[in-house]
Amino acid sequence: MHIVDGALSSPVVIGGALIAAGGVAVGLKKLPLERIPAAGVLSACFFVASLIHVPLGPTSVHLILNGLAGLVLGWAAFPALFVGLLLQAVFFGFGGLTVLGVNTTNIALAAVLAGVLCRPGVVRGSPFVASLWGGLAGGLAIAFTTVLVGASLALSGEAFIPAAKLVFFAHIPVIAVEAVLTGMAVYLATKVKPELFGALTPGKAI
Amino acid sequence: MGHLAGSERATLNTATAESRLLQRLDPRTRVICVLVFAVCVVALSSPLALAVALAVPATLMLVQGLPIGKTLRRMAAMDGFIIFMLVLLPFTTAGPAAFTLFGFDASTTGIWKAVEIGLTANAIILMVLVLVGTLEPGQLGHALARLRAPETLVHLMLFTVRYISVLQEEYTRLRAAMKMRGFTPKNTLHTYRSFGYLVGMLLVRAVDRSERILDAMKCRGFDGRLYLLDDLRYSKADFTFALVFSGALVVLIGLEVFSGSAV
Repeated sequence: MHIVDGALSSPVVIGGALIAAGGVAVGLKKLPLERIPAAGVLSACFFVASLIHVPLGPTSVHLILNGLAGLVLGWAAFPALFVGLLLQAVFFGFGGLTVLGVNTTNIALAAVLAGVLCRPGVVRGSPFVASLWGGLAGGLAIAFTTVLVGASLALSGEAFIPAAKLVFFAHIPVIAVEAVLTGMAVYLATKVKPELFGALTPGKAI
Repeated sequence: MGHLAGSERATLNTATAESRLLQRLDPRTRVICVLVFAVCVVALSSPLALAVALAVPATLMLVQGLPIGKTLRRMAAMDGFIIFMLVLLPFTTAGPAAFTLFGFDASTTGIWKAVEIGLTANAIILMVLVLVGTLEPGQLGHALARLRAPETLVHLMLFTVRYISVLQEEYTRLRAAMKMRGFTPKNTLHTYRSFGYLVGMLLVRAVDRSERILDAMKCRGFDGRLYLLDDLRYSKADFTFALVFSGALVVLIGLEVFSGSAV
């Protein structure tokens, strides 16, 4: 899902950077200083989760879990996922530098959208209902991300359109895996610690 | 602190490299140089200029005495992401055919475009790994703070860096417990459910931990601010490095201008 330097056209790179900057700014604004330790630990949690490989057919995929990040962090998913991508680029060489904005937008915007759509269902329902909404969030987030990745490629040049389509179809099984996994994770989290999905909303004591 | 997610993935720096050239540079110089380099290289399109651009971080890597195999393997990790796109590109770009494979024409324009993207991506990521990837993650945070990155973002990053290794251990413990109970990952719903519960448990423990951290920090007078104590100062070495680095960039731009039209 990482796009690298040099592949995208300048308008796409700049547009992605602007959206990412806006998203990070909103996320930071909604994050009072007292919640930063919690956000940092969760950001680290999603960083570690993204290193988990699960089997898929003859191969394995690594998790992204941006849907879960959106559910737990809300808008704070933007800065949290940005930090994760920055660390991945700088220390592991994943992705690129000038495309950091585009990559952040592709993953975090999808996370926030899925979070906004599905969080009410997760917070209100029973663990079973919550897990269904959680699964929906997990699947939706990856679907949004692949569409955004495809759009970034397609907007950069006609030659990328087949690659963009390939990215989308190749990710359909990943969407299913992320949906099941996120649903299960939400099921367990709501059973063990029901207040978790409200942990970062302002006004409530942690 | 220098260990992001286990020793295997630690920073590329080695203890023996302490006295090397880059170690004497201010972290801010390294961050700024990488950014300028990236913006510059993305704008290049001549294969010759891009090849030279790839040679710049490669030279730095050799001079600095970084572990070559390890560094290049990390660069190759990125190539894994793009190889499909680069291979497809010649076949999907319109232009005069260079060769035909299974009835599909590979265009010359497409091949050059793929070469261009490959060189750009590798040159920039190698420069990032050599100049910034050799910093301690904490140093990077301080450098960004001194470069006026938003304070909240820097704090978030410092907390993330601090807790990645802790949560990695937590994950390893949970996985070990699963293994003890005979869990082997397969293509079954059971596997996905188990991984889901694993992630959920990781999340619950992360939140519990963050509550304890906040309590402990409040006991020590945390008022929402981290005070970054460092004495970052630009020195003569920074000035010299910046000068040589700018010289290299001027050469790159020169190559682009004079050879760009030829290809």
